[in-house]
Amino acid sequence: MTTKNSLTQSSMPLYPAKTKIQVTIIFFVVLGIYTFSMIWTQDEMVGGFGGALGNMYTVIEKFFPPNFTILPTIWKAMMQTIQMAIIATTIAAILTVPLAVLSAQNITTLKPLYYITRTFLNLLRTIPDLVLAVIFVGLFGVGVFPGILALTVFSLGILAKLISETIESVDMNPLEAMRASGGNVFQVIWYSLVPQIAPQFTSLVLYVFEINIRASVVLGMVGAGGIGLVLNQHLKFYNYPNAMTIIIVIFATVLIIEFISNKIREALL
Amino acid sequence: MIEFKNVGLVYPNGTEGLKNINVKINDGEFVVIVGLSGAGKSTFIRSINRLVTPTSGSLLVDNEDILKHKGKNLRKLRTKVGMIFQNYNLVKRTNVFKNVLAGRLGHTGTLRSIFNLYSKEDKALAYNNLTRVNIEEKVYNRADELSGGQQQRVSIARVLTQTPKYILADEPVASLDPPTSHQVMTYLKKINKEDNITTIVNLHFIDMAMEYADRIIGMRAGEVVFDGPASEVTEKTFEEIYGRSIREDDLRGGAQE
Repeated sequence: MTTKNSLTQSSMPLYPAKTKIQVTIIFFVVLGIYTFSMIWTQDEMVGGFGGALGNMYTVIEKFFPPNFTILPTIWKAMMQTIQMAIIATTIAAILTVPLAVLSAQNITTLKPLYYITRTFLNLLRTIPDLVLAVIFVGLFGVGVFPGILALTVFSLGILAKLISETIESVDMNPLEAMRASGGNVFQVIWYSLVPQIAPQFTSLVLYVFEINIRASVVLGMVGAGGIGLVLNQHLKFYNYPNAMTIIIVIFATVLIIEFISNKIREALL
Repeated sequence: MIEFKNVGLVYPNGTEGLKNINVKINDGEFVVIVGLSGAGKSTFIRSINRLVTPTSGSLLVDNEDILKHKGKNLRKLRTKVGMIFQNYNLVKRTNVFKNVLAGRLGHTGTLRSIFNLYSKEDKALAYNNLTRVNIEEKVYNRADELSGGQQQRVSIARVLTQTPKYILADEPVASLDPPTSHQVMTYLKKINKEDNITTIVNLHFIDMAMEYADRIIGMRAGEVVFDGPASEVTEKTFEEIYGRSIREDDLRGGAQE
């Protein structure tokens, strides 16, 4: 009986035929999309990669050597960028808590509330950070403040989504125990949900902080303050050696911050 | 006193969890509910603290029908009825002491509990309960550093800290090895006798049921098919409850003499 069973099983395919056909079709569709888009972009590219290599030489000639004498003057703008990112990340981290809880299906059992917050967060995420910056610069004028607002809204969208997904994957057993011992909603969340997500929460906030540093550079170019604003000015005046210094400073800063936050995250998880 | 009057429960998917249950559990009793998995033991026990809500009949706890309870009344009921779970349900990343103090949640205001402002009496009670189950040396260990048996003892300390009138235990030893199972059951029995806390335990090991219970309630397919003192129960009774002959895995074994 057992031998007969194992014999039939060894000659059986690992997946049913239907699944195989489906996966094959999906594979070819994806391949088709790739081929199509490759042909398309080739038509649009002027000169292809050969042209880019030629341009590269001109670019390097213009940008090098970087002018390090401006370092003292750009230092302040770089700090401003970091401050923007810190403030925006902090505000977003606080605002994200209620939003993330309300958009986690296992905690918010009231369906309408869940759908409303989920839709709100989805809408928030569809707005690109640059668009947010342009809107806020238009409303509040050039400066750091619109930059902070844009970063806050932008990172809130990402953070709330990531954290609500973390919440949805927690162990529900301790929550049941707290409920069974007569705790109310806030006590249940504080005692059994918060300890479970605290490490991931910190890790995700640090990750969003890194994203915010990079994003704030780009936002500066549309007038939202910080180092991006200065970089944009130098580029506009064709002051490429100065711009190169700024790029190097940004590069170094991002690397250092990533290194530090990676170390913190390693210690947490 | 807990009284089931014609209690029935139909799950949203149409499964009948409980069928016309009529049971009266007196104060201070140590009742063991036996039955195969899916017989409705869990549903029975979870009805008492309303983790599930029966759909018909009435369920009286201290002469109050708890089936209509909501919000504050429900939380008050749950502070009175403590629960122990198969998977211990401790918060793994939190230390033992805070896990045990969580038993006070129902007695403590939201802000006080969030800022850990427990009274001296509460803390003394929590520590004392840890000594009662002999785990006080682990007070500042994280819950996930403990073995299964130790975690279950912490969860007993947590439920004691709640100062309940009733304790429900849903398969408390199903994830433990035989010696540890007996240890946990002995603690439960001791607490039942010393504090006069009515205790209702779900088990599927028939030897353990016979050893520890004052009274055994047998369930099959959502119905009570046996209800009587443990002294009257024989293997034959279990064969009737289970609807089949007794097998090796219905016994936990390793009884402590």
